[in-house]
Amino acid sequence: MAEPVLQLGHLRKSFGGLVVTDDVTLDVAPRELHAVIGPNGAGKTTLINQISGFIAPDAGQIVFVGEDVTALPVHARAALGLARTFQITSVLPGFSALENVALAVQARSGTSLRFFGRADTENALNDIAMAALADVDLADRADVCAGHLSHGEKRALELAIALAMQPKLLLLDEPMAGAGREETERLVAVLRRLKGRLPMVLVEHDMTAVFALADRISVLIYGRILASGAPDAVRSDPRVIAAYLGDEME
Amino acid sequence: MRPTRLPRFDPGTFDVWHAQIRRQWDAFRQWPAQDLVPLIIFVAFALVPIFAGLGAEIYVLHLVARVMIFAIAALALDLIVGYGALVSFGHAAFVGLGAYAVGILAAHGINEVLLALPLAVATAALFALATGTVCLRTKGVYFIMITLAFGQMVFFTASSLAPYGGDDGLPIRMRDTLFGLPVLRNDRALYCVALACLVGAYLLCRAIVGSRFGRVLRGARENPTRMAAIGFEAMRYQLIAYVISGALAGLSGFLLANATEFVSPAYMSWQRSGELIIMVLLGGMGTLYGAIIGAAAFLLTEEWLSGVTEHWKIIFGPLLVLIVVFARGGLVGLSTQLVHALGDDPAGRVSHIAAQLRADVARYVTVQSQALRNAAVAYAARAAPTVQDTVDHCLRLLHRLQQQVEQLAARQAPRLRDLRTSVLRVAYRLRGEISGVTAHLRRRFRGG
Repeated sequence: MAEPVLQLGHLRKSFGGLVVTDDVTLDVAPRELHAVIGPNGAGKTTLINQISGFIAPDAGQIVFVGEDVTALPVHARAALGLARTFQITSVLPGFSALENVALAVQARSGTSLRFFGRADTENALNDIAMAALADVDLADRADVCAGHLSHGEKRALELAIALAMQPKLLLLDEPMAGAGREETERLVAVLRRLKGRLPMVLVEHDMTAVFALADRISVLIYGRILASGAPDAVRSDPRVIAAYLGDEME
Repeated sequence: MRPTRLPRFDPGTFDVWHAQIRRQWDAFRQWPAQDLVPLIIFVAFALVPIFAGLGAEIYVLHLVARVMIFAIAALALDLIVGYGALVSFGHAAFVGLGAYAVGILAAHGINEVLLALPLAVATAALFALATGTVCLRTKGVYFIMITLAFGQMVFFTASSLAPYGGDDGLPIRMRDTLFGLPVLRNDRALYCVALACLVGAYLLCRAIVGSRFGRVLRGARENPTRMAAIGFEAMRYQLIAYVISGALAGLSGFLLANATEFVSPAYMSWQRSGELIIMVLLGGMGTLYGAIIGAAAFLLTEEWLSGVTEHWKIIFGPLLVLIVVFARGGLVGLSTQLVHALGDDPAGRVSHIAAQLRADVARYVTVQSQALRNAAVAYAARAAPTVQDTVDHCLRLLHRLQQQVEQLAARQAPRLRDLRTSVLRVAYRLRGEISGVTAHLRRRFRGG
């Protein structure tokens, strides 16, 4: 098996007496879509935050593309090719959709310590940004102020921003949260298109989406990995059914 | 028999048309031209020395030079407040440091511009670098307070500098010279140098905010979390902006010391820092030229009111509050609203552009429909009757799209931006439909 893109080794994090990440060991293979599911409060977002660097783990190790990034700040991990979306959408509301993405392209191409020359007419940036917007079906909204986009469109924009970074790994923190059925279907279609192009970690509540997309599923309960494996194996795992999937799978 | 050639959808046509819309939009958005207002301001400043000769020349030159010098400091502040949301409440310290660099050199008999100017700018920049590293670790109110604290630190340091005048300040015997030439002695010359510095500072700031760097700075203002997630260390860029801003304020201090031939701790009092913030707010934050207008409005009103009555502050204070509260976007925002209310008719302009767009789309659809119809006729002559159904269907589709565009333009969206977005959206769909239709037809006919 090829070298994993991401390896979490015995990751541990507690807030006061509450253990939110309890000895989590997990890896993501190249091109793999690894889904992390679990009930509310299982520590999924905390896990994503530790991978992307917003929260420092108490113990354990995070290895990304062969490099120990446990102590690196968020921006340094992003520069290594770790992109993420947020559970609560996080875009630059005063920038146009295109400029949001162009800024992500700019982060990866050349220096940003350039004080002269207009950035908004740099075709090299805008063309890649436009392509990323087209990837998520947002091309016709390129000039709209990100703050004026609908909820679903903002989610798609986040995805475009992440794609424009040409990441080596994409962390998706509940991309379907708060989206309507139609929007969810659209996002699933977009993710299916991306699948295989780059490895992803998908944290999601929408079980239909997860089982439709994932190559591997890890079930997180009270910060602990309860089970990990192929969707069918996880679906039929008696522990998982008892602890979590119960009603939904009947 | 050879099949007749079907109309092929030509993306080129679409792109040309699309570029037209884009140009129209840009022309609208850039009106009044972003650079027109600053140009008028600078021309006005340049005309002052010519007309000042008619009256109290020295008084007018002094007053307006002072306006321009403070405008540089306000401009520097707007760069970080307006584009980085970094409200520095200690910016007078940088002005003061620049001024003291001149004063202290002069006290030691050094009056060389080539020494004093770099020293003034470098001192301010270094102080910005040192304090910025600390200040920028905090946010919001804490940032305001800590910049104030550093400002006060410099203020009290200067007050206690007994060898350089302490509280009383330090008179400068003569203005700086360039290779011994008294280039600044003449008030007109000093005025021209101040104007050149202001224009230079404005052009520099304008280039910065539109550049890659400026985009990162603005992004960090919008959402630092997002910036970190795409790989930018916001603080690094903010620190650079802070240093640039401090250096420009130092330049303003250099000019101030030469203009007044005096330096005093009062130059860096917190009241002075507050006045700089008010200038920026008064003119209109985040516009750059607003800072220049704000500085002029502030200092000229102050000058005029203090001549009218001894209790001018009682009028001045509430006036400032009223403008800041009621004129969102300061004087620049107010004048834009006024222009719209008086002369400009945005609704008329929108309907004019809408009509143009409608005509463009209609022409485009007509051309495409005509081509389709011709093809249909050619094929109907020899192909099976079912083909006619397909062609009819396509024509209906096109007709419906045309109607949609008509409706859209007729609605005259209140905001042109919305209108344009909708038109583009329909246009993209149109492009999709037309290429779909032609592809479909081609398939059908190849089969038949």
